[in-house]
Amino acid sequence: MNETWKLLQLPAQADSLQRLRALVREQALALGFAAGCADDLALAVNEACMNVIQHGYRGAEGMIELSVGAIDGGMEIRVRDKATPVSMDDWRPRALDELRPGGLGVHFIREIMDEVAYLPLPEQSGNLLSMKKYLNNQGVGK
Amino acid sequence: MSADVRMQAEYAIFSLAGEIDLHSSPEARKLILTCLQDNRPTLVDLGDVAYIDSSGVASLVEGFQLARQRQLDFGLVRVSAAVLNVLKLARLDKVFPLYPSVEERIKNAG
Repeated sequence: MNETWKLLQLPAQADSLQRLRALVREQALALGFAAGCADDLALAVNEACMNVIQHGYRGAEGMIELSVGAIDGGMEIRVRDKATPVSMDDWRPRALDELRPGGLGVHFIREIMDEVAYLPLPEQSGNLLSMKKYLNNQGVGK
Repeated sequence: MSADVRMQAEYAIFSLAGEIDLHSSPEARKLILTCLQDNRPTLVDLGDVAYIDSSGVASLVEGFQLARQRQLDFGLVRVSAAVLNVLKLARLDKVFPLYPSVEERIKNAG
């Protein structure tokens, strides 16, 4: 990461989400993404942070650190938390033909983002989720 | 988010405005379910909603399910482009009844 990355650290609580979304949207527009795609990226990050609040910290106090920056041909967004470590195997999107509330967030992230991965961290020190989106693929779905 | 409920014919018209996210969706959910628990057919006006996330969509799904259980009419009216985009992403745009206006639905109901 270099100085062009924008960082925002906020308490892991629901009223932080609006500011986290605003940073993503603003940076996506600044990096040349269309308004519709910037909205989608803000939604994906909202869902990732919501997962940290609801399933990571499970209501306990904690912090979320969002960092947003340019990569070759697009944008990377990283979400850092110090909650219980999770892996991509824990991401279970629900079947969409099953009409029930909940479970949509993971589906949204996968549809919107081009690459999603947890980056390695020392054991038991939380999670670092990396999500990438490229300017030449601003639609949703794969 | 702001929320407002009014009556029109036998319908409860529930209007939401602003951003519906994890911070505001519990209130929206409670109000929608209260309308349905009073056995009122309910229309949710989303024309002034600028943003909705999965927790807001989940509140609408819960309302839809409760209405179905109680055999009450339930639909979404004036769905904004921002909300429609998210409903499409969730593949729910063909599940919820969507109407262009409250009047349109009430005129053709029953």
